[in-house]
Amino acid sequence: MSQAPTTPDTPGGEHHGDPAAKATPEGSDVAERKTPRKLTRAEQRAVDAKTRLASPWASGVAIVLAILWSVPTFGLLVTSFRPEATIKTEGWWTFFSNPEVTLDNYNGVLYNPSTDFAGAFLNTVVITLPAVFIPVSLALLAAYAFAWIDFKGRGMLFVAVFALQVVPIQIALIPLLQQYVSFGLDGSLWTLWLSHSIFALPLAIFLLHNFMMDIPRSLIEAARVDGAGHVKIFFSVLLPLLVPAIASFSIFQFLWVWNDLLVALTFASPDIQPLTLKIQNLAGSRGAEWQLLSAGAFIAMVVPVVVFLALQRFFVRGLLAGGVKG
Amino acid sequence: MDFLVDATTPGQKILLMVMVFGFFLLVMAAVLWIAELPKVPKWVTIVGFLGPAVLLIVGGLIYPAILTIITSFQNTSGDLVGLDNYQTIFTTPNFRTVLFNTTLWVVLVPLFATGFGLMYAVLVDRAFGEKFAKTLVFLPMAISMVGASIIWKFVYEFRPDQPGVNQIGLLNQLIVLVGFEPQQWLISPPLNNFFLIAVMVWIQAGFAMTILSAAIKSIPDDIIEAARMDGVSGFPMFRYVTLPSVRPAVVVVLTTIAMATLKVFDIVRTMTGGQFNTSIVANEFYSQSFVFGRPDIGAALAVLLFILVIPIILYNIRQMRLSEEQR
Repeated sequence: MSQAPTTPDTPGGEHHGDPAAKATPEGSDVAERKTPRKLTRAEQRAVDAKTRLASPWASGVAIVLAILWSVPTFGLLVTSFRPEATIKTEGWWTFFSNPEVTLDNYNGVLYNPSTDFAGAFLNTVVITLPAVFIPVSLALLAAYAFAWIDFKGRGMLFVAVFALQVVPIQIALIPLLQQYVSFGLDGSLWTLWLSHSIFALPLAIFLLHNFMMDIPRSLIEAARVDGAGHVKIFFSVLLPLLVPAIASFSIFQFLWVWNDLLVALTFASPDIQPLTLKIQNLAGSRGAEWQLLSAGAFIAMVVPVVVFLALQRFFVRGLLAGGVKG
Repeated sequence: MDFLVDATTPGQKILLMVMVFGFFLLVMAAVLWIAELPKVPKWVTIVGFLGPAVLLIVGGLIYPAILTIITSFQNTSGDLVGLDNYQTIFTTPNFRTVLFNTTLWVVLVPLFATGFGLMYAVLVDRAFGEKFAKTLVFLPMAISMVGASIIWKFVYEFRPDQPGVNQIGLLNQLIVLVGFEPQQWLISPPLNNFFLIAVMVWIQAGFAMTILSAAIKSIPDDIIEAARMDGVSGFPMFRYVTLPSVRPAVVVVLTTIAMATLKVFDIVRTMTGGQFNTSIVANEFYSQSFVFGRPDIGAALAVLLFILVIPIILYNIRQMRLSEEQR
């Protein structure tokens, strides 16, 4: 789904601050509070002590809920490492009294030709990386024009691009498929790269434009006075300041494409099926084979989870800036 | 050079991927190079910068959308039939079930996800282990909906209630422990819809919590302090201080999740395939278009999705305007 600009009450307002501050990654994510004036460390500690939630009950309940929230995932994770016979005859919770561990499930699902998740893993990687790079590069160019080149109809055109975020991708799928067929591209990687790029561009342009607009005009003007052209401004003034914005969008798009099912289901030929499609097929045709399903699901999950954990603050920043797509 | 279209071996795929990176780098370089030429007319610069993106958007989104809208007024042989396809959707019992289920999803998922997210954001605010707890609740956002569906399908797994047969699904194990008979949760309508909806709530609650937690943290300290001086704490603090302060964020979260829910397709596809009266519009679009060979009905469903999104986004924008005026 697409989501319009930041509400003032979410600290997406961060983006309207000093853009130079954006270039230096913040220590913590959204937890960072805006205080009206800079407090000394002692004062800050006094404030913290006063406002810190006293109730250990709340902390306890919060932790317990978080753990309960993770139990279903944990159950499947444990299952993926148990022998097939055990998986099918007893619940995963018996693992604690009967701890058998095996990698057979992973071996089977990765390398058995009937599942071939190793090949699907490569397909997912090959699909995802260009599907992130293409919209970022094209959106950077477009956002630059929208932000820093004056031309007639600029406002109208930008609003049109912004509005296109709300279009559900379903509405474009079948004619797009027909176009790919007429170009002779059907079933190829190009259909996935182009489709993901097309569906990402409105949001990418919108987000990058917003971040670019936060860069003080004087900075660009100064560069222009010094005789810098578009290329110089683009690379030496804008790009360094835009790194966090590009990171935010890229993580979004990365997770979106890696986890996508609909686009892959519509366009991918059997040769280039990504992991999500393989798992969905497996769930349909061999739905009781939990040793395959559990291991397969975790093979598909490990990369997005690692990316997410490592770059969580960029992801959160993207969310707060309105980067929610569907 | 067949592999440029039909890359089949791993080597070809990787090579093609690298070439694509190179190609789009060249596009960027070309645009910037043209912009830098002396005395290049301004319109050429603008076309250079905007051209590639606009071309893709017009050719890949706007034009196809128009074609789909036209298709929705035609039958499968291409004759104009007016609103027949829409009439089918609104009058046939099967499609009515689909519409009813979609309504259930779009009402329940935002309510429960936002409700839990808000409660959790308040609970976890300044709690011990806040960051860790939030990461755990947020994590389902990172995994695919297909993965989430597998996780929950396993929770709902059913084994017949016979001596010597153990339940392997967590939910049925709990049911058996409490002394009831295990159930096939995903088979019997209308209850099965709620078990699918639970999966989406599980995924979206983390999103709600993150946005609302940020909103709670941006409430100015002096407001909280002032309320505390007046002896306000606990639930009244939440009801009269926290909630009014984060109201705009709550609205945005509700509408955003509603839009996501409207378009979600993966969960139903993976868990039931839309069988057992669990289909929703986004799933039915796929089934009609690609499985049942009714692209005309599929087109009408896609247009319906689009139409349903519009009021939500308009409301969202209006709320944002309002809250901006308040400042």
